[in-house]
Amino acid sequence: MTPTIKKRLVYATFVTPAVLLFALIIMLPFARAIVFSFQDWDGISSDIKWIGWENYTAIFQDTAYLKSFGFTLKYVAVSTLLVNLIGFSLAIVLNMKLKTKNALRTVFFMPHVIGTLIIGFIWQFIISQAFPQIAEWTGLHIFEVNWLSYPGYAFWALIMVSVWYNAGYFMVIYIAALQGISNELLEAAEIDGVNRWQKMWHIVLPLVRNAFTICLFLAITSGFKVFDLNLALTKGGPFGSTESLALHIYQDAFANNNYTLASTKAILFFIVLGSITLIQVFVMKRKEVEA
Amino acid sequence: MKERYSSGKLVLELFMVVLGLIVLVPLYLVFINAFKRYDEILTSAASFPQAFQFDNFATVWQEMRFPSVFGNSLVITVFSVLGILLFSSAAAYQLVRRPGKVSNVIFLAILSAMIIPFQTMMIPLLMVAKDFHMINNLPGIIIMYWGFGIPLALFLYHGFIKGVPVELEEAATIDGSNTFGVYFRILLPLLKPITVTIAILHTLWIWNDFLLPYVVLNSKAVQTIPLASYIYFGEYMNQWHLALAAMALAVVPIIVFFLFMQRYIIQGITAGAVKG
Repeated sequence: MTPTIKKRLVYATFVTPAVLLFALIIMLPFARAIVFSFQDWDGISSDIKWIGWENYTAIFQDTAYLKSFGFTLKYVAVSTLLVNLIGFSLAIVLNMKLKTKNALRTVFFMPHVIGTLIIGFIWQFIISQAFPQIAEWTGLHIFEVNWLSYPGYAFWALIMVSVWYNAGYFMVIYIAALQGISNELLEAAEIDGVNRWQKMWHIVLPLVRNAFTICLFLAITSGFKVFDLNLALTKGGPFGSTESLALHIYQDAFANNNYTLASTKAILFFIVLGSITLIQVFVMKRKEVEA
Repeated sequence: MKERYSSGKLVLELFMVVLGLIVLVPLYLVFINAFKRYDEILTSAASFPQAFQFDNFATVWQEMRFPSVFGNSLVITVFSVLGILLFSSAAAYQLVRRPGKVSNVIFLAILSAMIIPFQTMMIPLLMVAKDFHMINNLPGIIIMYWGFGIPLALFLYHGFIKGVPVELEEAATIDGSNTFGVYFRILLPLLKPITVTIAILHTLWIWNDFLLPYVVLNSKAVQTIPLASYIYFGEYMNQWHLALAAMALAVVPIIVFFLFMQRYIIQGITAGAVKG
């Protein structure tokens, strides 16, 4: 065996398992999904028809799909904003020298280790059984209605749970970023008579911009893919008002056996998610360089 | 300049403590109500149990077949994570140390897959899985987790190995080690910090994952904790004393894991996010 061949064999031994698994589990199904989106098939018969772009024109007239798209966009926008705002605020406060800061960091982060399916069930109990009691004690009308039975409330129930689950996670990332800022820099600014808000605006925020790029990216992608929480908390209801894209596609594929149409919807889902996150990272990275 | 502990800070601290307690309330309510009788939950969900009903847990333990589903979750998580660590560190090693067109193409292709939502591959994956007899058995789902876990793990290893000086490996080669020896004896020990990060990220994900088990594991013998909880909750909808005991059982292992591994988990999550 010549040294070159031997080298190549070694290279192949190390790289092939990963490449093979990637090809079998991700690439092959992904390619098949693209092919599916140009076909019409019921999942059982041997007769698979090619129908060109028909699936794509059909899904733009599918009101349930468009509605779930609309819901998902609204959910992503509101939850991304709130979890980052609250996570960052928690990080600012728990980066100060508080006596209980370590215990509090643990507490705020803890919900994030529990699976989102279980969390959906936990909150279904809290909202349906504990909220009426809170209403009784406090007289607050907002806790009297069952949040899961009214479309407007159900949306905010999902947002509330998402904040409870995610805020501590983003807090942890922001704390790491805040700790990266050198103390000398902040002290120098204080000596120069810079006030608290100027310090925040002109020194801290530009220095944690990188963390904002990451956190927005994570919040957007996880928001778009939300599934377990919708299934466990609202089942997409009431009246399909909180059906996320992921849940809609799942239902279409397995409840309605609409394999090819569901694949088309999933491909469009991928294209939209991919473009939004690419644009977000590109725009924010460019700003990082300027700063 | 040392920060003073002013009265303003005390107010802030008290406010945060109250907020922290509010965050804990849902979990507290699950645990205390899991010990109550059904009618007691309905009349006073917030009060402390009058008498602790351990029966709830005994019933759920048996009906949910908790030891069995716990074992399945454990086996799936452990073997999936081990495979992900091995395959992606091995691949990342050669991709970094033998740069070139092939390595670049492989790295970028695998990397770009991270953004594809699971739903996009879900239907064809099931068909591929059926062809390869990967449905309804533990090895099947473990292999699928290997595939889904590799992109992020490979990316994190790739970034880390680029920062490891190559001199150590060269010295070992001169001393007569072959590539396998260098990988196992020199590189793997150096990779420990990033390996911990990757292991934690993937453990949390796979342990808690619901959708993949939901679509590929149907038979009772292979169910995981989230899947069994989902089925149990569906059957005992609104039988809150049992449903809550099931949830408490599902939550305890991961909370215990978190409290013991807290430092590593928080470091791992941060490192994973910042590099990803």
